[in-house]
Amino acid sequence: MKRENKRTGVFTRRALLVGGAQIAALGALGAKLYQVQVVEGARYSTLAETNRISARLIAPPRGRLLDRFGNVVAGNKLNWRALLIAEQTGDVDATLDNFAQIVELADHDRARIERELRRHRRFIPLTVREFLSWNDMAAIETNAPDLPGIVVDVGTTRIYPLGPSLAHIVGYVAPPNEADVAEDTMFALPGMRIGRAGVEKFHDVNLRGHAGAVQLEVNAVGRVIRELDRQEGTQGHDIQLTIDTGLQKAVLDRLGDESASAVVMDARNGEVLAMSTNPSFDPSLFNSGVSQAQWLEWTKNKKAPLINKAASGLYAPGSTFKMVVAMAGLEARAISPYDSVQCPGYLDFGDRRFHCWSKYGHGSMNLRDGLKNSCDVYFFEVARRTGIDRIAAMANRFGLATKLDIELPGTRTGFMPTREWRMKQGKAWNIGDTIVSGIGQGYMQLTPLSLATMVSRIATGRAVQPHLTRSVSGVLQKGAKAEDWPLIGVADKSLHAIREGMWAVVNEAGGSGPLARLDMPGIQLAGKTGSAQVRNVSREQRENGYKSDNLAWELRPNALFVAYAPYDNPRYAMALVVEHGNAGAAAAAPLARDIMTDVLNRDPAGRREGSQQVASVTVPMPPGLGKNQ
Amino acid sequence: MSVGERRLIREASFGLTNKLWQVSWFYVLLLCALAAVGYAALYSAAGGSPEPYAAKQILRFAFGLMLMLSIALVDIRFIAKMSWVAYAGGVVLLILVLKMGHTGKGAQRWLDLGGMPWQPSELMKIALVLALAHWFHKASWERMGNPLFLIPPAIAVLVPVGLILKEPNLGTAVITAVVGGTIFLGAGMRWWKVALIVGLIALCAPLAYNHLHDYQRARITTFLHPESDPLGAGYNIIQSKIALGSGGMWGKGYLQGTQGHLNFLPEKQTDFIFTMLAEEFGLVGGLALLGLLLFIILGGMFMALRCRHQYGRLVALGISMNFFMYVVVNIAMVTGAIPVGGVPLPLVSYGGTAMITVMIGMGILMSVHVHRDVEFSDGRDEG
Repeated sequence: MKRENKRTGVFTRRALLVGGAQIAALGALGAKLYQVQVVEGARYSTLAETNRISARLIAPPRGRLLDRFGNVVAGNKLNWRALLIAEQTGDVDATLDNFAQIVELADHDRARIERELRRHRRFIPLTVREFLSWNDMAAIETNAPDLPGIVVDVGTTRIYPLGPSLAHIVGYVAPPNEADVAEDTMFALPGMRIGRAGVEKFHDVNLRGHAGAVQLEVNAVGRVIRELDRQEGTQGHDIQLTIDTGLQKAVLDRLGDESASAVVMDARNGEVLAMSTNPSFDPSLFNSGVSQAQWLEWTKNKKAPLINKAASGLYAPGSTFKMVVAMAGLEARAISPYDSVQCPGYLDFGDRRFHCWSKYGHGSMNLRDGLKNSCDVYFFEVARRTGIDRIAAMANRFGLATKLDIELPGTRTGFMPTREWRMKQGKAWNIGDTIVSGIGQGYMQLTPLSLATMVSRIATGRAVQPHLTRSVSGVLQKGAKAEDWPLIGVADKSLHAIREGMWAVVNEAGGSGPLARLDMPGIQLAGKTGSAQVRNVSREQRENGYKSDNLAWELRPNALFVAYAPYDNPRYAMALVVEHGNAGAAAAAPLARDIMTDVLNRDPAGRREGSQQVASVTVPMPPGLGKNQ
Repeated sequence: MSVGERRLIREASFGLTNKLWQVSWFYVLLLCALAAVGYAALYSAAGGSPEPYAAKQILRFAFGLMLMLSIALVDIRFIAKMSWVAYAGGVVLLILVLKMGHTGKGAQRWLDLGGMPWQPSELMKIALVLALAHWFHKASWERMGNPLFLIPPAIAVLVPVGLILKEPNLGTAVITAVVGGTIFLGAGMRWWKVALIVGLIALCAPLAYNHLHDYQRARITTFLHPESDPLGAGYNIIQSKIALGSGGMWGKGYLQGTQGHLNFLPEKQTDFIFTMLAEEFGLVGGLALLGLLLFIILGGMFMALRCRHQYGRLVALGISMNFFMYVVVNIAMVTGAIPVGGVPLPLVSYGGTAMITVMIGMGILMSVHVHRDVEFSDGRDEG
């Protein structure tokens, strides 16, 4: 009992102590309350009742997008707008009614304001109307007494001086939605825009900047007495792209009315110099919201102007795939460059007959002749000997159907069939599928961007990745030098054999792409044509004299061309797809020639920054940048 | 010793009616008064309307009251048997919340159980109190002098504290540690050990600061210089102080608070509800509410002193301390005395699961009181 008493006694003393401490703590809180409410109360109640501190955030200007020579691709321009500060008006509805009588205010704007009112703190200004004219502003100022809580201020809006020519690369910005505001409250500020597509979306965090703030002392009715403090926001980073806008536009012009796309790359480092898609759209239309009619027009158009065909368009590569098949065969030692295959115009395998594009056959073909004539039978045989899995693996090594590091959200990877894939579908792969894969038909689907990557890798032997960012805030990004990229690791001998074949396609008598030959002294182009059927040709059609020219537009084959130049010192690589252009040799080769001629004349990768006639913009560049050109 | 002379209650003479008779109805009344204050505050927070907060909250309180009275009738010896089960359950929930709980405001604290989001850390605090009380129930004064005896319960405190820190929820972790420490103190841990541990913590605090999350550091910086970031983390403190200060001695009158109603005051229905009340009812109202809260806390301490078994004493001490910590942290936070920590004012702030958790704790406290005189041998001291 004694020990028990000892323990109880200790507990009692200590519990009383704890209780005392609790009383003391609450007493201290009471004292603190007295201090805040009564001693300092006078000061705080002034703040609350008469002169309230009102804080306003300032939306930071969005960083600009520049091309490789410093031309502005996406910039900001002043935007006068009317804001509503809800805490400064007794009757929001009455104020908005009055406003609507002076300046036009659409119903959906009104609905949006009501929505935002419920969402935000009442001192956060809401945008009532943007893009006010001088007349609108004069009217608002004149009627200010009827419009308590309405403030006119100036912000910035996004402009795209080059309009449609870069729309698919730059993307566009749009007003943020509720999810964006939840992620970063800065988006609640009037005038904030968020990147929704293209580089604007990919680099959104870099472009965003940081909000500034003004602290204002306002009286009870909300009139500003004075500005107490101002912290300017910081503008988002300027981002310099690898694109040459001049070239980009010229390429787009050359595509004319075709539904087509072309990618031009610096073959040594993967910089994308031009990525033009036709038709295009005007990205600035998204800034203030796209109308229903405009949207329908875009989405119903067969030529799909909103789709970036270069990065997201999927096509059977056709004969442009033959280099990869040959490379796979060479590296697997399934063929040597000198092995010859007889082409009687078809290959019989099992009970199926696979036709060459030439009815009469090409006779005896080796690798060089097979490429030069684009002989289908030769590549049927190479594919048959090599097997689909080796072809697919080689395709991946050359950047096909594998994820590329391009800064374009929505870029498609493409697709390359394998045995395993077919097995997962519960079906057996048959050799016939391998044979048609040899000429880039069948299940495979690739983007023009990946084809351009493939040509770059063939031309330089380096595993370059296509990319669009040259520098961020003047800091040159990794990948601008050829040495940044690893060698692809195939035998030089194999690369040489294939390059030679591509040279013969264009420059040797009887080649399949003579129209691509350059008319430039001392410079030669190596390339490969491709025509990919978008549907199967039946035996019946073949016997009845099938001609794709007679088909409806959307059933005609796609015309493709891939090329690099100069042949002896590869610098530029390109891929071109003309949707439903029929034959690559006829529809795509001349375009490729003209585009490559333009590229070589401009030599965008060889020219120094600022050497073009750009007066309006100066881009701060770190010293020593020129050396990397 | 009049208490000591009372006859220990045996099972046969202690029926349901008798138990109901033993419930401290005065204490129940105090809790109802606090809930009524909460109703009035939430009515005002909604701009003079029972929707969307007050009506829901009062229903939850009614449910909580039933729950509390039910728990009050459960034999404390049964609760004692369940102590470590509850503790294990709490730890499992804490691990679950780290694995699959969802995140709110940068921390992973919430777990969906029965369609409601729970903070397992709140349940854990009660379970920890039970477990520690069970451990020390049999500990004599001499036994408490043995440092080895103190190691297992110390681990039992550190495990949940570590898990809660990992969520991360610094405020609750500190509260849990303090509540656990109080039980060590009540159980008779020697003073020099208490001093040693407090000293060690004081030395390690600067080191720990470096390991805090950015938002936690931001809160501390903001607390030291609220004006440095008037629109970010400092906004809440400044607005809360303006609201309090403008309330003055007598307040602006019920439903007349401008700061609260003009939406200057953030989270006025949850963490900052005290501010809203003190703006409308002034210092007088604020002190009155503080007084009511103090009554409830000291009532719990009284129950601890009045209990005749060590288990009940320690449980009552822990639960009162937990309630006290809620109150102190919340009010210190809204008056700008400590960094903002996201701790609600019990029974007043809007929130269903917080209310239920508090009422579960109160139920156990009541059970201690109802069973204050039961024979609950620690198996050694009273042969």
